[in-house]
Amino acid sequence: METKTQKKYNITVYVRRFDPDKDAAPRQQQYTIQIEKGLTVLDALNLIKQTQDPTVGFRFSCRMGVCGSCGMLINGKPGLACNTQVLDVTESALTLAPLPNFSIIRDLVADLVPMFGVLTGVQPYIQRSDVEEMENPTREYFQTPHQLEEFLQFTYCIKCGSCMAACPTMATDKEYLGPMPLTQAYRYNTDSRDDAADARREIVSSCHAIFNCHYAAECSNVCPKGVDPARAIQLMKKDLVLRYFGLRKKKCAHVHEGPSQSDYKPKIEAPPFTVDQ
Amino acid sequence: MKETAYWTWFIIAAIVILVLAGLHMVVMHLPALGVYNPASGAATDWQNVAFRSQHQFIAFTYIILLAAALYHGLYGLRTIVFELGPTKAFQEVFTVVLWIVGLILFGVGAYADLAAKSVGRVL
Ligand code: SF4
Ligand code: FES
Repeated sequence: METKTQKKYNITVYVRRFDPDKDAAPRQQQYTIQIEKGLTVLDALNLIKQTQDPTVGFRFSCRMGVCGSCGMLINGKPGLACNTQVLDVTESALTLAPLPNFSIIRDLVADLVPMFGVLTGVQPYIQRSDVEEMENPTREYFQTPHQLEEFLQFTYCIKCGSCMAACPTMATDKEYLGPMPLTQAYRYNTDSRDDAADARREIVSSCHAIFNCHYAAECSNVCPKGVDPARAIQLMKKDLVLRYFGLRKKKCAHVHEGPSQSDYKPKIEAPPFTVDQ
Repeated sequence: MKETAYWTWFIIAAIVILVLAGLHMVVMHLPALGVYNPASGAATDWQNVAFRSQHQFIAFTYIILLAAALYHGLYGLRTIVFELGPTKAFQEVFTVVLWIVGLILFGVGAYADLAAKSVGRVL
């Protein structure tokens, strides 16, 4: 039986190498690999690691665009290594570098911890004024399809940091909160089950937050999940301005009545903790 | 919510500038249209200047344009300086200084605008 052979491409891969403990400055290392259609940038890096240089540092986990750990600069554009096919960006030279606007742990591994610190600061979780109901929910919190649609797009964020790396304001303003945490603030502010929007509005309206966005919209351009952080930021500006003029009412979260045919759960048991408290 | 107020007025000032600077362009650079240029000739001809200096609406629009331009420009300067990462204390002092500088410049400009009324009176 005749087997179909795929066309092979010789790709020169330039990898930015840097070990803060040993190197004074980053340097570029060159590798040549042979690839065929379907190979991702992450596959290319694994090929280099397995066949040429086991010391190349990069991070990955899910290999399917879900965990957000393989973000890097691919031919000058932030993106996910596991989600980017080599032949989609080049047929000859591939340049890989760590995400800008972050410090480097080693080689292609950017330190995302400060980003998660800022994210924690915007309180990205549902908070309710009826604490008893929140702690011991009596029934499901129904949402209408419209209420869900208002924030659904922003829940797709996988915290990869690509938007933070592409943002020119992040590059100039070291205190800028950044597109990802701002988007998550909007996501929870828009959730009909949440009551903490006022506290988040205080945070996002500080000098180094939404009003400092110059609307380059590069964050939305590079986001691998179609989250559109620039849109979230502009919607948040609109929300704050309407409130400033008293044109938007205060929203109060409550337990929504669901469709009549649905069953209410008398008591939702929380799953057991998977780690020691 | 102070920053929301600052930014909102920054955008409103931009719209005001767009409209009033547009009017200024029409008046000063398209005299053939005759908008606030009753005498034929250039916008800077004495008759036209004297006519405008006596006109309440023109005096008013220039004061509003001055306020909008100063507010918009100084807010922009504040944003640039804040991006350099100064301390919180510096940010607060700088904001107060900009308000003082802005109000002084506005006072001087508004006085000059109103004083121009005397230009036409010699006619
Ligand atoms: S918004 Fe998009 S680019 Fe930014 S962290 Fe989330 S998934 Fe990544
Ligand atoms: S390895 Fe998880 S997103 Fe790429």
